[in-house]
Amino acid sequence: MADSEGNERSKQTAIINHAADEGDEKSLAEIQKAKNEGKELTKEEKLRLRKEKKQQKKGKKDDKGPTEKAPVKEKTANPPASSQPVTQNAAQKAPSAVSVPVSESTAPTDKSAKSKAELKAERRARQEAERASKQAKKEPGSQAPSSKSKAPPSELQPAVKRLPEHIQVDDPAVVRKLAKKLERQQKSGQGTSLNVSRVKIPLRSDYGYKVSLFSHLHQYSRKAPLTQQISIPATVIHPSIVRLGLQYSQGIVAGSNARSVALLHAFKQVIQDYSTPPNEELARDLVNKLKPYISFLNQCRPLSASMGNAIKYIKKEISNIPSQYKEEEAKKKLLSCVDSYVNEKITLAAKGISKYAIDKISDGDVILVYGCSSLVNHILCEAFEKQRKFRVIVVDSRPRLEGREALRRLVNRGIRCTYVLISAVSYVLPEVSKVFLGAHALLANGYVMSRVGTSQIALVAKAYNVPVLVCCETYKFCERVQTDSFVSNELDDPDDLIVTRKGKTHLADWQSETSLGLLNLVYDVTPPDFVDLVITELGMIPCTSVPVVLRVKNVDQ
Amino acid sequence: MELQAVLMAAGGGSRMMDLTYNTPKPLLPVGNRPLIWYPLNLLERAGFEEVIVITTKEVQKALSTDQRLKLDVKMKLNVECIQEDADMGTADALRHIQQKLKTDILVVSCDLITDVALHEVVDLFRAHNATLSMLMSKCTSSRRRVPVKKAEREQRDFVGVDSAGKRLLFMANEADLDEGLIIKKSVMRKHPRMHIRTGLLDAHLYCLKRSVVDFLVENKSISSLRGELVPFLVRKQFSKTSISRREEDHSDQSQKRKDATAALDEALLQLASERSCWNDHSGDMSEAYHGGRLRCYAHIMQEGTCYRVNTLTSYVEANRVAPKLFEEAAVHPSAVISERSQVGGDSIIGASCHIADKTSIKRSTIGASTIVKEKVKITNSIIMNSVTIEEGCNIQGSVICNNAVIGRGADIKYCLVGSGQRIEAEAERTNDVIVGSDQLMEI
Repeated sequence: MADSEGNERSKQTAIINHAADEGDEKSLAEIQKAKNEGKELTKEEKLRLRKEKKQQKKGKKDDKGPTEKAPVKEKTANPPASSQPVTQNAAQKAPSAVSVPVSESTAPTDKSAKSKAELKAERRARQEAERASKQAKKEPGSQAPSSKSKAPPSELQPAVKRLPEHIQVDDPAVVRKLAKKLERQQKSGQGTSLNVSRVKIPLRSDYGYKVSLFSHLHQYSRKAPLTQQISIPATVIHPSIVRLGLQYSQGIVAGSNARSVALLHAFKQVIQDYSTPPNEELARDLVNKLKPYISFLNQCRPLSASMGNAIKYIKKEISNIPSQYKEEEAKKKLLSCVDSYVNEKITLAAKGISKYAIDKISDGDVILVYGCSSLVNHILCEAFEKQRKFRVIVVDSRPRLEGREALRRLVNRGIRCTYVLISAVSYVLPEVSKVFLGAHALLANGYVMSRVGTSQIALVAKAYNVPVLVCCETYKFCERVQTDSFVSNELDDPDDLIVTRKGKTHLADWQSETSLGLLNLVYDVTPPDFVDLVITELGMIPCTSVPVVLRVKNVDQ
Repeated sequence: MELQAVLMAAGGGSRMMDLTYNTPKPLLPVGNRPLIWYPLNLLERAGFEEVIVITTKEVQKALSTDQRLKLDVKMKLNVECIQEDADMGTADALRHIQQKLKTDILVVSCDLITDVALHEVVDLFRAHNATLSMLMSKCTSSRRRVPVKKAEREQRDFVGVDSAGKRLLFMANEADLDEGLIIKKSVMRKHPRMHIRTGLLDAHLYCLKRSVVDFLVENKSISSLRGELVPFLVRKQFSKTSISRREEDHSDQSQKRKDATAALDEALLQLASERSCWNDHSGDMSEAYHGGRLRCYAHIMQEGTCYRVNTLTSYVEANRVAPKLFEEAAVHPSAVISERSQVGGDSIIGASCHIADKTSIKRSTIGASTIVKEKVKITNSIIMNSVTIEEGCNIQGSVICNNAVIGRGADIKYCLVGSGQRIEAEAERTNDVIVGSDQLMEI
């Protein structure tokens, strides 16, 4: 038995060598079949992988394209040159070829009654082979969802798109790649200028146990700020950006509008302090300079959709600066662009929205608001100025308790308010006539992304037939599509959920409890069926018209 | 540039004249390194590349010429000299160098030995846009017997912080108070919960805004940072016609050229804070920070080391603790230690020392070029550079300064032997301060 197996293996090695010489796709299938059996082959495979990796590294230094194909070529033994799609196809066929011989090989193996251990070994060998083939695929940039590496790739290969990296936090390889990317970004900003200072944006490490459903997201602790890892007189990152990042991570600047405005303010400081290096053009160099700052801010707190749109706008404006502009002129133009953006998209938009919204508020209304939305507060204050008679019910939720701030601002103006926690929403709703909600972002499929708890309020309001009006400026419209709150969200510091009463903290050492996880979600997603109207500065539109607005905006630009 | 570091090294060490009458305080050896090395190392580790050092000519000369002083810092030291007899306070010194100060400043004193994470102090300064941010530490009292001339009772400092422990609400020294603590009602209304602490050590590490320097230039009456400026700023947080108005005037004057842009920036910042749903307190109807423009914060270290070497007690304490802060070879490679001597693990031997046979050195610091002859027992002591200790001596809990000579068979317990002094053979001194006769009249 052993002899025959040994003979088989030697035969298989002969097949592989043969295949390497000839370069036939049929022999490829044989290789894959051979790979399924026996651990010795995986050792060879590992050796080959090591060689390939070395060659890939060399290849990266010289020329990315063709030399990278070389190891892939070696592996698949295909004819060279312009064969990238072919190699890709071959590589893709390889796992499908795997599934075929797998089914073939499992039949005889069942019949030959192999032990459980040997089956496990086969499976392991198969997985190693697939992982190896995937690694080779990753360089040419083909599609391989690494977060689903456990599932058989052959089934998912054709349909699955690559998940963005900020979502795959549970995969260590992706995290390492992100760290490298952050390092690379800083070097890329220098280009050909003479005094190159290596800027490294530190990677913030995750904190505490993450609930498994959200393990693909980052969870940071407020007690470990990112400034711990950078030098104190912030030279590599502009001081106003460091200050902004700190204010984001500590929650001093919170709320979609406030964050965007603060970001634009910081960018104004950066632009004012910027000076073009000798051989560079302002249009290109400034954009490169902004990249590490944006990475830094992202590490402090994930960027919001409004911030993302503001950044896109600024980058577009910078790259559209004509090259004959002198530095002073260019800077002045940029600063005025930023000011006009804030003015149009935030200040004037708020005015426009409140005009439309006030039409919807009639005397004797009881308006329910949730949390602290700067826009909704603005609307209510304006309505009160215009002598509308209404009262407000402010709904609040832990751990942020932002409703207290909304309550303070409304009461300061003289509006009659009631304050409840979200658990009392269904008791309070019978007397409510309208619900006004703010939004963090409006997604392209009409879903509303807002503070966690908003979807609950919308649901209960729908059940009581109370109209739900969402107020949102158009600059918060986002091209993303999401149907649930799991796939993309933000995890806040879990220690915020811990309550200390009379000096006693029961959850002080929650990390030592193995079966306990604390989850502090920040956003959730409300489906458009629960939202009756979206009030924007372009008018009052139904939720499903959001993609139309986006399309119109893109056409304009 | 965000912060400029200023190191105050011109102080005279008035509370330990016995040690400092010959050696200026920044050059006193602690763990065989000059005292000034510790704050410089702290700044270097934090990432500073340039430091402005305010010191006397003597110290500057010593730093640049003396090879024995291990000052291997990679930062650029921008040394500013002031006259030693000018009796300048720390605020006066800042006024002196105000031309060099272009951004917000971080003021450190040369006698600070600490391993604090500096970002804690600076983060408070940045995040809350504070005018002042300082470092304080919970004092640890030492129980050891140290050579003291007379009982030195420190005047207590009363520090009031808010319930979160970050915002400074009240600061006064016992010397300034007549009968009792007076706390204004406006402070109590805004911050109903205040913790007043007395056991805190002020580390003399301040982050100050640039406008404070301008204010100092205007008000020449303030001469000390610690004694006058800081309590003034803490008080002015809550006054109606606050310094912030005056600061605004200054900033307006200096920015008249960039008037429009500055105003627009301010407006943006104002808009951001209006739209932000954050408040630093809850329960009353006022906005974040109660609308005050001037804010003072303090970071109180709960654990870790923080020493200010300004008295003899703290000097001895620091000598014991400082070497543990930095991993360094306890025994300098160039020291010659004979085989039959016992050198304890927590002792530090400086360069070019000669330790003869049958000596026992425990928990002590021996400076450079010191000669220790046979059968000497040194415990819990600090021996500075170029000291000669003859045979058979027994030194316990003492401080022997530079160039001293201890005669044969002397028994020194808890004494302070001044610089260049000679102790005759077979002398027995306990709890004594042996200094030169010309120093005896210093009071």
